[in-house]
Amino acid sequence: MKNDYLKEKARKVRIEAIDMIYTAGSGHPGGSLGVADLLTYLYYNVLKTNASKPSWNGRDRFILSNGHVCPALYAVLAEKGFFKKDRLKTLRKMNGLQGHPERGSLPGIETSAGPLGLGLGISCGMALKAKMDGEKHHIYCMMSDGEQDEGVTWEAAMFAAKNKLDNLTAIIDRNKIQLSGPTEKIMPLENLKEKYEAFNWNVIEIKGHDFNEMKKIKTRKKGKPTLIIANTIPGKGVSFMEGKFEWHGKAPNKSERDQAIKELNKQ
Amino acid sequence: MINYEKLKASREGFGIGIVKAALENKNILALSADLSESLKLEEFKNRFPERYIEVGVAEQNLAAVGAGLALEGKIPFITSFASFSPSINWGQIRVSICYNNANVKIASSHAGITTGEDGATHQALEDIAITRVLPKMNVIVPADATEAEKATIETSKTKNPTYLRLGREKFPQVTEESEFRIGKANILKKGSDLTLIACGNMVFQALKASEILEKKGIEVEVINNHTIKPLDSKTILQSAKKTGTIFTVEEHQTAGGMGSAVAEAISGEGIHLEIIGVEDKFGQSGSASELLEKYGLSANKIVERIIKHKKLIQNV
Ligand SMILES: Cc1ncc(C[n+]2csc(CCOP(=O)(O)OP(=O)(O)O)c2C)c(N)n1
Ligand SMILES: [Mg+2]
Repeated sequence: MKNDYLKEKARKVRIEAIDMIYTAGSGHPGGSLGVADLLTYLYYNVLKTNASKPSWNGRDRFILSNGHVCPALYAVLAEKGFFKKDRLKTLRKMNGLQGHPERGSLPGIETSAGPLGLGLGISCGMALKAKMDGEKHHIYCMMSDGEQDEGVTWEAAMFAAKNKLDNLTAIIDRNKIQLSGPTEKIMPLENLKEKYEAFNWNVIEIKGHDFNEMKKIKTRKKGKPTLIIANTIPGKGVSFMEGKFEWHGKAPNKSERDQAIKELNKQ
Repeated sequence: MINYEKLKASREGFGIGIVKAALENKNILALSADLSESLKLEEFKNRFPERYIEVGVAEQNLAAVGAGLALEGKIPFITSFASFSPSINWGQIRVSICYNNANVKIASSHAGITTGEDGATHQALEDIAITRVLPKMNVIVPADATEAEKATIETSKTKNPTYLRLGREKFPQVTEESEFRIGKANILKKGSDLTLIACGNMVFQALKASEILEKKGIEVEVINNHTIKPLDSKTILQSAKKTGTIFTVEEHQTAGGMGSAVAEAISGEGIHLEIIGVEDKFGQSGSASELLEKYGLSANKIVERIIKHKKLIQNV
């Protein structure tokens, strides 16, 4: 898909995400807005998926490890036709869309998530299975930078390199915030690129809101897992949320919601 | 007894209690895993910045560092959500804390179904089970903010590894007139027909249920069993021998929780026991009150269970 088309889709995803979180009265707008461009690009230009056959074995697997940004994932899946858009407004309500993804509760959700750090290991298991059985699909795992604090992330990183999982691509939403502050204050991660390189990964850094740069997501290196460090802006698209860790996990009130939608409508 | 004017979450009581405890004892530290605001540590952080330690989103290391600090004489409160600590870091808690007998206090909020909208991943329903099986560990589930404050202060004076289970949601206060002693259950209301034992938020629901049942002529003895371990078997047995029937209620799986602890204590005493809790299910997103209703933990649902039981025995 062309950039203009992607831009429009991502804009819709952001509007949906804001409205879902506002209607729910809780949720995580910062990360959700920040990954909207990446998720849109992945689902429209990278992943082999089939909304009418969501469990088709040849599909690429998309593992969302930072489950709290699921409003953006739900919105993209609905946009792609995995389920009806009217379900989006049920986010976090009884019998509605779960506050953190639950496998089996919706088509297209490959794994339950919410506790941080679970996704990369699951992705390794899936990638290893594909190799064992000679299957050609690819495993994509999205993680947040906050998840790099978890030791298990690095256990999985070693495993992926040891097993030469070149059918695995991890993407880090490098938005430099976590729940209670900037990552470099809460638990410094830099130099993240060199860390993963030292762990024997193929590492590529991109601008996380630039669709041209996202073409690099398809880069592969024989015998190595690939990591895309996507530099993003949390809250991207809503001026008063951009760059602010305070919007990690807080729903907008009515006037904030209206202001956010007004800004997004102009983009 | 129920103070409807004062709505507070037990985690708020913890935030106040740890500051009071820290004023008394300079060895008290607070460790956070990127959730300090949720654990109400703002005041602690402001007053004792040098005694506040941020470990990042790393619950295993949180427990391990806590153990090391404790073995060298500090009294660390390690804080996170109950669904991550004591679960992700259970291995560290078992050996580095309990086997070492390290004086670490594990304070965890967002326990139970009333965590609400975040959904199943964040609603800890197994934490009492996995902590109370550990030798040397004390397990305390305060009924409200008032009790959480007292429990935090009392806990800081003991040398035991302790799990302090806290909740996110605000509820009326029910323990303002109670004394708090670790290991001493409180009889909040006398009754002769049936013993209703509750912990945590469920104490409020139990008291409400007892008021409804009273109007129906059923006299319920309500016990606030805030200490799951060491369990106050004496108070429980005394009451049960009088009433002959125990109902327990907790915001936890029926397997392995407070009711199970009571079952172990009364086994062989010829007492009828029913354990009310979540029955081998995960939770889901929803508001706290909807979820209490759905999972059979509201006062009304407790009343239904007790009336069903009474009808059954009348028909025998
Ligand atoms: C194991 C675990 N510990 C703690 C949390 C609570 N938590 C949810 S999001 C978050 C911050 C993580 O940072 P990041 O994912 O980078 O946040 P974002 O950039 O999306 O705002 C924390 C600590 C959790 N979900 N899982
Ligand atoms: Mg982040």
